[in-house]
Amino acid sequence: MDILLTGVYVVFFPGFFTVVIIGLLSSWVDRKVTARVQYRKGPPLLQPFYDVVKLLGKETILPKQGSRFMFILAPLIGFVSISIVAVILMLRPLVATSFVGDLIVVVYLLTLPSLALIIGGAASGNPLAAQGASREIKLILAYELPFLIAIALIVYKAGFKIDLQTLSATSELGTVSGIISFIIVLLCVQAKLGFVPFDIAEAETEIMSGPYIEYSGPLLSVFKITQSLMLFTLPVFMITVFWGGIQFHGWELLWFVIKYVVILVLIIVIKNTNPRVRIDQALKFFWGFCTVLAIIAFVLAVIGNTYGIAWL
Amino acid sequence: MKKTIIPIGPYHPLQEEPEFFMLTVEGETVVDVDVQIGYNHRGIEKLSELKSFDQSTFVIERICGICSTSHPFAYTRAVEDIEGVEVPMRAKYIRTIIAEGERIHSHLLWLGLAGHFLGYNTVYMWVWKLREEILDVMEIISGNRNNYAMFKPGGVRRDINPEDIPLIMKKLDKIVPTLKMLFKAVRDDPVIHARTKGIGVLTKEASINFGALGPTSRASGVARDVRKDTVYGAYHEMDWDMIVTNNGDVFDKVVVRILEMFESVKIIKYCLLHLPDGEIDLKIKNIPPGEGIGTHEAPRGETFHYVRSDGSNSPVRHKVRAPTFMNLPTYKATIKGEKIADASIILAAIDPCYCCTERMSIRDTKGERLFNGKELIRLSQIKTQTLKQKLGVKETSLEKLVQGKP
Repeated sequence: MDILLTGVYVVFFPGFFTVVIIGLLSSWVDRKVTARVQYRKGPPLLQPFYDVVKLLGKETILPKQGSRFMFILAPLIGFVSISIVAVILMLRPLVATSFVGDLIVVVYLLTLPSLALIIGGAASGNPLAAQGASREIKLILAYELPFLIAIALIVYKAGFKIDLQTLSATSELGTVSGIISFIIVLLCVQAKLGFVPFDIAEAETEIMSGPYIEYSGPLLSVFKITQSLMLFTLPVFMITVFWGGIQFHGWELLWFVIKYVVILVLIIVIKNTNPRVRIDQALKFFWGFCTVLAIIAFVLAVIGNTYGIAWL
Repeated sequence: MKKTIIPIGPYHPLQEEPEFFMLTVEGETVVDVDVQIGYNHRGIEKLSELKSFDQSTFVIERICGICSTSHPFAYTRAVEDIEGVEVPMRAKYIRTIIAEGERIHSHLLWLGLAGHFLGYNTVYMWVWKLREEILDVMEIISGNRNNYAMFKPGGVRRDINPEDIPLIMKKLDKIVPTLKMLFKAVRDDPVIHARTKGIGVLTKEASINFGALGPTSRASGVARDVRKDTVYGAYHEMDWDMIVTNNGDVFDKVVVRILEMFESVKIIKYCLLHLPDGEIDLKIKNIPPGEGIGTHEAPRGETFHYVRSDGSNSPVRHKVRAPTFMNLPTYKATIKGEKIADASIILAAIDPCYCCTERMSIRDTKGERLFNGKELIRLSQIKTQTLKQKLGVKETSLEKLVQGKP
């Protein structure tokens, strides 16, 4: 019975299907808020679903000069890995799925969609896709460093515990170092999502969507679902690690929804109030500004811990 | 390092019109650019030669949807130049109002697109919303949002109704604060600075050597503006500033265009307040044989029209030179050494308009270009020589002008 119930959790609620639906709804929120900011009307509620269904019914065109196997595999790698992360994060409050080191697994799996994009771009044999893939590589190198330092800071504050169950029990936003690392992770999430100002790899007006350029039909729809899943999973990851975790009973559920919407709107606002930066500027920003800020936050946390100052 | 070719075009999300840029890149750095145009030939000059002088104005208006007043302005001036007449003062004022309104809408359109190319879609949408106001003004005056059909040789077709002036003034007042906000946003945003300052620099020397026109040259410190340099329209009646900056980068081109819009608002307001009474049309009956030249400072630079008449009711030769034709080669100076990421905004910075510029290109069935520039110039010279021999002309007045003879 337990196994059956866990199966239902994993597949239906709050697992895979729920996550996909919320993910697509989140992408609707993104499109609608963006449209309202820009004096437009915006799409109807079900537009992301229509888009996916439409793409699923379209022909898949495989590039002649590319590596077909990797070209087909790449979107699936990204999709599977982000689905696993989503299920791990959503199931943790219901079933005791947390194991030691699951934080590491999650952080590792979160980079896989970007790697899938690189593989897909490189496999398509298009010069613009190759350009986009090379930009994505540089971007990953740029944002992973401050991202990992900020996560390490949280691990340090939790007393070197690397399981999500422990990390989700406390909120880090009451301390200065916690807020700083939250902001850094928010910016890195922006880059992970491929949103403006860090949509350098896709850059529609420069390299015509880069790695996605040769993708069509169902494979493209898998990429689209992966993107909207990330739009849901990354904020949930931030809530789990930084902001007291998620619960599914009573007012806690509402509290979780509010936290999620706040982070989502923050991401959308950043997206709509910035032009795209160049890749060298992004590198400078993440390795310079963000990394230095993350190290400062770390030092603050160490000072706070050593001298017993709670607000640091 | 291995050189790769990144194609921009002939169809690309960056472009509204078909044109082809071949960027040779080393890694992310552009080392060379080859611009190929000729995808969009519509034979406007020939069409114009088939119509009467009056009908041609409408054809000329449709050369470009954005500078739909600049071309008729230059064309009517060329026709009036043949006859040697001055249009009535009220017509001049109305022409100036329309031309400046078009400048505002064109610069706003470009500003929005520039935002889009930088990935700043919020600016794109906001600016285009603001553009609606000026399009409303144009609609109040002419009945059309674009292609105003206001010009005719000898004057203008419609008068401005005095009852509309307060409403137009109100609309113009509405534009100014939003423009100011936009200007501040561009001036103070560090990310816009990072993307546009020092990018695609066109030096003053290069600008003069390439013969760049309009805001492209004024951003490089070349103080050249047909509105100031020649006396036409109502521009000499009032006080306004020519905006000139010195850096020549994309940022300066943005700044020049935004500041020019304030000047345009100023000019329109003056014209509306001091609109003289009188006729709006000379009612020209026939055009004598001869040739005429008309120029106008279009939003993108000087538009040049040459019209030759043989005394019949349609032009024998009508030559159009759009400002983009002169601004395009500046890519050779601006884009080399820049990153691919900056290429799109540099290509957009001259505010190119290809439907104005396009001439034909000769290609074989595989799409390869058959004649290069030198060969075409040679062909053109041969044709001129044969024509001159046929007509028995020793030296045309234009050639004398070029050689500096009186």
